[in-house]
Amino acid sequence: MADLLGKDYAPPDIYGKVTGRAKYAEDFRRDGMLFCRLLKSPMPHCRVRGVDATAALAMDGVVAILRADEVPEQAGPANNILTDEPHFVGEPILAVAAVTETIAQDAIDAIVLDLEPLPFCVDPLESLRPGGPNARTDGNTVVSGEVQERKWTEEDFAAAGEGQLPMGEPGTEWSYGDIDAGFAEASIILDETFVTAGTSHHSMEPRTAMAYWENGKCYLHASTQSQSFVHPGIAAYIGIEPEDLVYIAEYCGGGFGSKGGPYPLLSIPAHMSRKVQKPVLMRISRSEEYFLGSARPGFQGRIKMGFRDDGRITAIDVYIVQENGPNQGGGDMNAAASAISIVYTPLNMRYRGMSVLTNTPPRGAQRGPGQNQMATAVEPLLDKAAKQLGLDQVAIRHINAPTHESLYGSNRSGITSAYMREALEQGAERFGWEERRARSGERNGSKVRGVGVGQAFHSAGASGFDGLVVLTPEGKLNIHSGVGNLGTYSYSTTSRVAAEVLKCDWENCEIVRGDSSRGLPWTLGQFGSNTSFTMTRTNFAAANDAVRKLKEIAARRLGGSASDYDIGNETVFARGNPGRRLTYAQAAQAAIEIGGEYSGHEVPDDINALTRRAVAGLAGTGLIGVARDNLPQTGMVPALAAGFIEIELDMETGGIEILDYLGVADCGTVLHPQGLSTQIKGGGVMGFGMAISERHVYDRHWGLPAAVGFYQAKPLSYLDVPSEMDWHAVDEPDPNNPVGSKGIGEPVMGCSAAALLCAISDALGGHYFNRIPVMADMIINVASERSQSHGPLQVNTQ
Amino acid sequence: MMKDMMSGFELYQPADVDDAIQLIDRYGNRGWKLAGGYDSLDWFKNRGKGPEAVIDLEGLDALKGIRETTDGVEIGALTTLTEVERSPLLRDRYGLLADAARRVASPQIRNAGTLGGNLSQDTRCWYYRYGVDCYRAGGNTCYAAAPEAMNREHALFGASRCVAVTPSDTAPALVALDAEMVVRNARGERVIPAADFFMEPSVDIQRMTVLDPDDLLTAIRLPASWAGADFYFEKVADRKSWDFALVSVAAAFRTSGAQIDEASIVCGAVQCIPRRLHDVEVLISGRTRNEETAALAGAEAIRGAEPLDYNHFKIPLMENLVKRAVRG
Repeated sequence: MADLLGKDYAPPDIYGKVTGRAKYAEDFRRDGMLFCRLLKSPMPHCRVRGVDATAALAMDGVVAILRADEVPEQAGPANNILTDEPHFVGEPILAVAAVTETIAQDAIDAIVLDLEPLPFCVDPLESLRPGGPNARTDGNTVVSGEVQERKWTEEDFAAAGEGQLPMGEPGTEWSYGDIDAGFAEASIILDETFVTAGTSHHSMEPRTAMAYWENGKCYLHASTQSQSFVHPGIAAYIGIEPEDLVYIAEYCGGGFGSKGGPYPLLSIPAHMSRKVQKPVLMRISRSEEYFLGSARPGFQGRIKMGFRDDGRITAIDVYIVQENGPNQGGGDMNAAASAISIVYTPLNMRYRGMSVLTNTPPRGAQRGPGQNQMATAVEPLLDKAAKQLGLDQVAIRHINAPTHESLYGSNRSGITSAYMREALEQGAERFGWEERRARSGERNGSKVRGVGVGQAFHSAGASGFDGLVVLTPEGKLNIHSGVGNLGTYSYSTTSRVAAEVLKCDWENCEIVRGDSSRGLPWTLGQFGSNTSFTMTRTNFAAANDAVRKLKEIAARRLGGSASDYDIGNETVFARGNPGRRLTYAQAAQAAIEIGGEYSGHEVPDDINALTRRAVAGLAGTGLIGVARDNLPQTGMVPALAAGFIEIELDMETGGIEILDYLGVADCGTVLHPQGLSTQIKGGGVMGFGMAISERHVYDRHWGLPAAVGFYQAKPLSYLDVPSEMDWHAVDEPDPNNPVGSKGIGEPVMGCSAAALLCAISDALGGHYFNRIPVMADMIINVASERSQSHGPLQVNTQ
Repeated sequence: MMKDMMSGFELYQPADVDDAIQLIDRYGNRGWKLAGGYDSLDWFKNRGKGPEAVIDLEGLDALKGIRETTDGVEIGALTTLTEVERSPLLRDRYGLLADAARRVASPQIRNAGTLGGNLSQDTRCWYYRYGVDCYRAGGNTCYAAAPEAMNREHALFGASRCVAVTPSDTAPALVALDAEMVVRNARGERVIPAADFFMEPSVDIQRMTVLDPDDLLTAIRLPASWAGADFYFEKVADRKSWDFALVSVAAAFRTSGAQIDEASIVCGAVQCIPRRLHDVEVLISGRTRNEETAALAGAEAIRGAEPLDYNHFKIPLMENLVKRAVRG
């Protein structure tokens, strides 16, 4: 019996990371390899009228220039590979390949661009004003996936009133129940305008790619969170069939959503390599990441919430204007609205949204996309309502928290399990909430104590993907993982399910991953907190397929029927006569001899083409277990988290000392305690940064970004947070998962951000900023009774 | 815009000071002195500075270390910030400087960064660092003082075409301690009071210190006058680590019982140079060190402040920090 789940263990790639032997994309070299660098737009929006590269091409060591017309054009508003109409500062215009990076940059410096400046915009509301600038020549919004020009009327702006979000015609909307009736039933109503800043992803490893071509195939080393999921998209960017791409992504130095899907930049070295017939490496630098990486969309929003005397939310009416960057951007605002529906379960709800284009970095998913912005906006307002109603902060959350019967989003779908109430109860108990709350407001010189509780959510699981395992004639279990290696070790932990089902010694297992030529199944990407749910199911399905085949092989070889057999100690044996048995090694050898589905020469009809190719490459190497996850899924899988915090706030300096933090997860059955603890604490620190330090600042006049380095963008470090933080899991199984698991990575960030903001407001005696980040200057201004420097709706100022 | 790719240059690694001085003299403004590198390498990578030759000072052991002199302490300019932070001698007698050094950047940067480098580093105005053609970069405008500019970190005092501030944490401490800077060049050695070491934009907008291209800062001298005084250092920044001050205060007091006999108070990050608060010092001398005196000092400290659009919070912050220093 394997008994692997719920135990700490050392994931196999940890040794490489700790010793430095792990090879990331930029660590690879090939004979004759060239270096490629990008000439990037200095303007937020312009048209390239001419490029004079005469001097650059004449330099020793300069090999080639790659222009936008040499790579597949991406239909707007998709992100470009290269472009002659850049829409943000730092968008790549062309690439130069040279024998060294220095020469490539020298060549870029020698290129003379003729640029025609075009109108640009860094504030969505400015763009929505009549006559306001458009971020793209074809429009200023994305509505139903298409760029459209939308303007609101002067009347819309006038009707909003000073400092409140105008609410013109939305790009999208949905509702359930009757919000008017809901508000009529309410004892108190809050109507609040808020702003949440976009934030950069800050991945430690900048995006980097190295490509070469051999025998008609493109070999690409790159940095992505996901493996199989990105494969077809990357092939499309390169302009080849997926089977002609060998994609190698063994390690990823963080993505936080920015490397979850395929991204066009990856294909530049492949295009350049095809052009120059040499391997090409393109390293993106730390500061370049801040320009052409990506960022979380910011919100300018307005939320009206009605509460009964007991704190129950009768109605929510929310309007979100999303700062979306210049391209397709993110679905954050829709996800944010859906999050409201499940975290606060309002009896009636309406959502309206407008995604507005700005000439800022392309936006994309970042840890808790939409849900976490919403947590930072709504949670402090729960406290505001609780204060008015004389309720405890935990109590007002508890009464609105979801149960297993709660419904999700616009289509009111069911959910698989929800233990937010238990998370709140257990968290309050473990944190000593009552005691700490009693200390709230205590002064110690210029310092005042504050406490906060925050909640967050993300849908955390999917189904229908493929699993693939191979029992080899050497008696090893190879678990083929296509999920990717974001750094959370969930690729490894979910693989242990296959070992568990097959009752294999973990020492006898190898996780095969990181290189598509090794035969990796089609799975969902490593994003959206889904891996723990989705990939336990695929591995469960594939391992069970292997178990079935083991038993059938045993019956063929040893007589009787498959149902007479069981597995254990890496053997398949007759239940009444354990001596009648085959070792896994013997069974694997038999599978090769029998052929057909046992050896992978036949595969199920319902598996993905990518899995089919993977199995074709492995056929005949052992007993192949391969299956699509056809287990039932009855609803959305909610990952829920609650954070509890106590702080000391210095009224004279705006300084915040986090005294204690507890993160509580509802992630189903815990698979890997150490991994979970790291997620809760790491997500906690990232959330603190979102709440109080991470900057996304633009000069409106020039459209230039101010925060283009770690020291300017200011994610928090370990020295900003307590060295010890606490964590806890409700540890109740999700009924839709064979091992009870569901994901958790994203809400553990949102709940900490929300808790910290609530604690700051608590320490300030009930001042609500309705804005993130809450920087020291804002606290000092409140403490010294000064006005804020920024307007209530202004964006990109902190 | 950031390029993150250095150009080539000649690298010299002299092993003694005379050789270094000779090289510095030979290359003048075509050369660049490299100490810990945390300012220099950013400039090189961004190609904002492209020296023909880099003179790496790392091998100059004579410029490292902390030693007692007949009138105080002398610190070699290449002494790391970690050494300054941890020196028992400094902690005992000049705790103000040790405290300031401990708040510089991050532990890793302090291990490589030097006291001389921390004092000589360029301003962190983000527009200037971004590479715009502002006055300080030789252009003819100030982006940071423009009507829609983002100038949260910029100056309250002493603006003169440029509104950048001094980024150094140790500079206010050294000005408060009446330190002296020992500077050598091919023509000899001179000693400059710390108060005169830093450059106002009204005098030379393209420099942060009085150092000429052929000068080498060799040592910092701390006179005995303030040794063992009552010190107060505080830096407020967005992060506890790896951040520049929004406002800092460095102060030294000589007291008789509760009475302040003499004070030296300097604020960082409110002006292009460390701002010595002479008027506050005069005001509080002879007064009792209490809340009332602290309030007077705070109010006096901010007199004449001229905030920009996004930095008026620095006024109460500076007032509070001066109050805290005087309060003790």
